[in-house]
Amino acid sequence: MWNSLQLYAHYFKIQFHSAMEYKTSFILTCIGQFLVSFNVFLGVFFMFKRFHNVSGYTYSEVMLCFGITLMEFSIAESVARGFDTFPSMIANGVFDHIMVRPRNEILQVLGQKIEFTRIGRILQAVVMFSYGIMKSGVQWSLAKVGTVLFMLLGGAALFCGIFLIYAAICFFTLEGLEIMNILTDGAREYGKYPVNIYGKKVLFICTFFVPYALIQYYPLLYLLDKGAWWYTLLPAGGFLFLLPCYGLWRLGLSHYKSVGS
Amino acid sequence: MIEMSHVSKTYKVSKRDAGAVSALKSIFHREYEQVHALKDVSFTIQDGEMVGYIGPNGAGKSSTIKILSGILTPDEGTCLINGLNPWKDRIRHVKEIGVVFGQRSQLWWDVPVIDSYELLKDIYRIPKSVYEQNKDELTELLNLGELLRTPARQLSLGQRMRCEIAASLLHSPKILFLDEPTIGLDAVSKLAVREFILNHNKKHKTTVILTTHDMQDIEALTERIILIGKGQILLDGTIDDIKNGNENMDEALAALYQKYEI
Repeated sequence: MWNSLQLYAHYFKIQFHSAMEYKTSFILTCIGQFLVSFNVFLGVFFMFKRFHNVSGYTYSEVMLCFGITLMEFSIAESVARGFDTFPSMIANGVFDHIMVRPRNEILQVLGQKIEFTRIGRILQAVVMFSYGIMKSGVQWSLAKVGTVLFMLLGGAALFCGIFLIYAAICFFTLEGLEIMNILTDGAREYGKYPVNIYGKKVLFICTFFVPYALIQYYPLLYLLDKGAWWYTLLPAGGFLFLLPCYGLWRLGLSHYKSVGS
Repeated sequence: MIEMSHVSKTYKVSKRDAGAVSALKSIFHREYEQVHALKDVSFTIQDGEMVGYIGPNGAGKSSTIKILSGILTPDEGTCLINGLNPWKDRIRHVKEIGVVFGQRSQLWWDVPVIDSYELLKDIYRIPKSVYEQNKDELTELLNLGELLRTPARQLSLGQRMRCEIAASLLHSPKILFLDEPTIGLDAVSKLAVREFILNHNKKHKTTVILTTHDMQDIEALTERIILIGKGQILLDGTIDDIKNGNENMDEALAALYQKYEI
């Protein structure tokens, strides 16, 4: 485990050196990433200028939800976005090289592409997260702070799982499926609001199939003093979700076909 | 020792005619064709042997290399390399092998070559002393010197190939797979690569399996040749078996391809 972390750190270093070869491009992309996610915030802000609550949630409550979801997503993204470029790793044979190295495949895929320009997004997430926490008007207790941390971890795990599914599917299709973005970037956009506002059916799917509700809606209710104490434990579902994702990855790996000569 | 017995591998290849109409059709209905990349392939290679693996494009050379190096899982058959199954014991197996794909680089594009080597040292968990010793030896024999401090993207093809070969030998593998190592190289680089491989095999007793279309590679390097065509082993013998009295290696091989209709 320690050894793997060291190797990841080494990947990190080499990626950083690579990114610094193209400094101007790096800085401009960072700024771009920051501005794009700032847009989303403006959307919410102006909507609440007109309507003072949405489905019974106030502006500050939605801000808290948005801040936490964006943070969950950004943590996952900075770790697992390597899966995003996985289709091209298959297409240009990089994955063949990964297979002939005596290390775990997932660790190598993650190390293969670390996007430093995401720092703009992460910065944005930190700003939104802090803003959401400050605006929320929640009476903070130790249990609630713990709940938020648990939400961040469980949520990051859930999004990592979805990135992993995306990559696993590439073993069968040999290319990325844009439809998967509904589950990743889509979830980040829709995750601004607690998922129950989209209706009972969506809540059902988000509880039992792709458990967004477990890392967002239910524990949020607890934070807002609207839900039972055990809602705090539900983000664990995010970690459980990783198991079937990993299973799919293993299945895909045994179907790996490689390409060309 | 490498033992491959009765290995078969089939790919599904989708087919469609040219044009927009058939492109649209293929969204709903795809026609697949089974392509037998390998049919009942068996051979044994002893430690320290140097083997040329030849055949026309699409004969199944790369598929074989990929199965031997643990990248692909065959449909049928067994394979044991020094007692390990390459695709089931992948991690333990690949510690002992080095692979060079002539068409693809394993070096990091934007950083000096030495940085890639340092990363490989961590990936393979090579002890520092062994790493330094191997690196110095390879640097001297392949004449890398200044190249190590150059980003891979700025190397010429010949320079890069020398760096690639060194990269795949840093962890002192027992078996080296070379998939078209001289493709696209100029005469000087080709000779340098050949000489190095020959010496390395002599000195370290590394088993070398080489695929190539360059018959001079074969003449210079290997005694044993395995000829594959349409996924089947057609000939397993020496250069003289291939030559069959013919003076020119290329003509002899072309005659063989015609004979087997591959």
